[in-house]
Amino acid sequence: MRERSGTPNLHELDAGHFLHTGSQAPQNLAAHLDNQVPVESPRAVSRTSESDPAKHGEQHEGQHYNIPLQDLKAVFPHGLPPRFVMQVKTFNEACLMVRKPALELLHYLKNTNFAHPAVRYVLYGEKGTGKTLSLCHIIHFCAKQDWLILHIPDAHLWVKNCRNLLQSTYNKQRLDQPLEASIWLKNFKTANERFLSQIKVQEKYVWNKRESTEKGSPLGEVVEQGITRVRNATDAVGIVLKELKRQSSSGIFHLLVAVDGVNALWGRTTLKREDKSPIAPEELALIYNLRKMVKNDWHGGAIVLTLSQTGSVFKPRKAFLPQELLGKEGFDTLDPFIPILVSNYNPKEFESCIQYYLENNWLQHEKAHTEDGKKELLFLSNTNPGQLERLCAYL
Amino acid sequence: MAAPCVSCGKAVSYRFFLGARVSLAREQGLWKAAAAEVQTGTASQILRLRHTTVVSTKKNIAALRRETYTLDFIKKQIEEFNIGKRHLANMMGEDPETFTQEDIDRAIAYLFPSGLFEKRARPIMKHPEQIFPKQRAIQWGEDGRPFHFLFYTGKPSYYSLMHEAYGKILDVEKHQNQLRAQGLFSEKTKTKDLIGSRWLIKEELEEILVEKLSDQDYAQFIRLLERLLTLQRGGAEEEFVQRFRRSVTIQSKKQLIEPVQYDEQGMAFSRSEGRRKSAEAEAVVYAHGSGRVSVNGTDYLLYFPVTQDREQLMFPFHFLDRLGKHDVACTVSGGGRAAQAGAIRLAVARALCTLVTEEEVEWMRQGMSGVGGHGCSHAVPECLSDSCSGYLKSVRRHLNVQYAGLRAPLFMLQNCNSIFQF
Repeated sequence: MRERSGTPNLHELDAGHFLHTGSQAPQNLAAHLDNQVPVESPRAVSRTSESDPAKHGEQHEGQHYNIPLQDLKAVFPHGLPPRFVMQVKTFNEACLMVRKPALELLHYLKNTNFAHPAVRYVLYGEKGTGKTLSLCHIIHFCAKQDWLILHIPDAHLWVKNCRNLLQSTYNKQRLDQPLEASIWLKNFKTANERFLSQIKVQEKYVWNKRESTEKGSPLGEVVEQGITRVRNATDAVGIVLKELKRQSSSGIFHLLVAVDGVNALWGRTTLKREDKSPIAPEELALIYNLRKMVKNDWHGGAIVLTLSQTGSVFKPRKAFLPQELLGKEGFDTLDPFIPILVSNYNPKEFESCIQYYLENNWLQHEKAHTEDGKKELLFLSNTNPGQLERLCAYL
Repeated sequence: MAAPCVSCGKAVSYRFFLGARVSLAREQGLWKAAAAEVQTGTASQILRLRHTTVVSTKKNIAALRRETYTLDFIKKQIEEFNIGKRHLANMMGEDPETFTQEDIDRAIAYLFPSGLFEKRARPIMKHPEQIFPKQRAIQWGEDGRPFHFLFYTGKPSYYSLMHEAYGKILDVEKHQNQLRAQGLFSEKTKTKDLIGSRWLIKEELEEILVEKLSDQDYAQFIRLLERLLTLQRGGAEEEFVQRFRRSVTIQSKKQLIEPVQYDEQGMAFSRSEGRRKSAEAEAVVYAHGSGRVSVNGTDYLLYFPVTQDREQLMFPFHFLDRLGKHDVACTVSGGGRAAQAGAIRLAVARALCTLVTEEEVEWMRQGMSGVGGHGCSHAVPECLSDSCSGYLKSVRRHLNVQYAGLRAPLFMLQNCNSIFQF
């Protein structure tokens, strides 16, 4: 019933905010000349001008950093939570908050040893605490570091509400999902343009009687094939995953596998065959291939996963622990992983979030900037970022 | 006209009344008398006689269509009641001398068990004064002249009351003028505390006067009394006015406040219960904390995903400006989602009564923001002897308002400066 949303508003600060404030500049400047301190401190709390995630450290915790909008389109053709996308559109800027879980992950990623098998990191936490946006933060970092991003925005979309299931051309027992696969391929292409020409396939793939991809041709061709021939989209996805896994060890590029809602890979689906018999996830080709991807038998990159109850099927609302959401099978498969808990805002982050809203004139209520008002919001949202965002939408 | 009547004899003497009909037997007697008159008197007299043969045993013309109870009848009823009371006491094996009305009620309920839902339809045995409606005594004498000088206004008791009140006002003013003339007039106005009492309502006044009043009459009377109140008055007038005021019980005295308890670590907390619809909640509010609330072991954000429910929880703290200062651990069962929220809210409010000053308790009860926002930061853990059950009433009022609309609960906070007003 609920859409996948609700992760915290990781707001960013405009770099050079004094220039950006445009119409407010004259009054602000005048105010600044009069008394620097009160106006400075809220800004110091809520924003930072450091827009490179690589340089984010402890001192930036709680502050928002800005992602330029062109970058946004390039790095995140898919994958941002819908509410966040709306907010970006409203504010005309994309600001993400730097938070501890993300910082921790960044630290690990900076120190990855690419010779070792890929380490799995699992972001887990209660609903609305900021897992998806933390993942986006990581992805932005990796994109800046020139990694190849393999981002599945929401694995739940692949196990529910799919029409047009076709029998797989590759393996008779499995089922294809042409629509989802083609959409994903399009977004993948947008995100990783530059790599598609560099990476060469190492096998020959025959699509049908007339078409085939030769060995040594760029990966982009496979992707094109998937996009144009929707029937083969799922197989194209499978090929992409296989190639990338094989070649990431070679060291040309680093691979980041980012899956949101990874608990969809194990468990149940809501899909049924024509004879109304349920389909297990393994029988879906996309899921099958993705599972192979998530195994840590390759090296040269990292795997960052997020658990999510919001879009999940057949899982109770209050479940958020890995054991509950992944089930026994999933947990065993993922077994050696590093869990990272994403929790609600601490007071500093909360304050920062409110400041960000106030700066963008999002909170119109006259009591919103009083202490009492803040306390009310704190109580009502219990510092949960998702709830806070929803509450503030009313004000 | 009196003369021929007298000559007719005693039977006719009471019979010169307006309008009522005559019973046949008496008519004959009268006609006999009239016939006798014909011989003696003129045609006009006969005519007059005819017109005046109205008599009836019914004494109160106004109550023609209603049953009227004569004084004798009422007296007889009272005697019967008393005898019956003694019989009943004997039947129940109790002492007739000390048999009170409660005992009678209990005995009747025991002897005549009734399953009727309407309590007023069940058998009762009460003193006749409570059963038979009060009636006006005869208001005119043997000669037909009414006793009261204001009889012909139609509402003699009411108008005489007004007359009396106005007379008192004039007296007080005269007294004041005299004092002023003598120079002894002092401007001090002792305002009697009218808080614990209220004016009689119209029904009560009607009951006292045994007359029907209109709304304007009632309003006029109250205005007159209030005018009397504004003047400086002496003891007699004071007493006169007090006759028309009824006390209003201070509800806040009725609720017990638990004393503050201390648990193992020495933390002060207070526990209390609340109910709403069929949900029951028990809340433990710690005196010092950071605003964490746990419901049935889980965080309140998870237990109440709907914002409306969390607003309910917030309200008691917000009202007292203690939003982040207390921790709450509560258990709740039964009812639905919103009923549970309401029950917890009540339990929390009651628990807070212990931790809060008495004025604030009264403030909560009345739900006003009039008491200036004096910081109530000292949670004095004293055993408050007075109680704040009236908060129930105001809470109920709030709760009744909330279901008018989805976000309506915080309409109540319009005068309380809440951030959420929809």
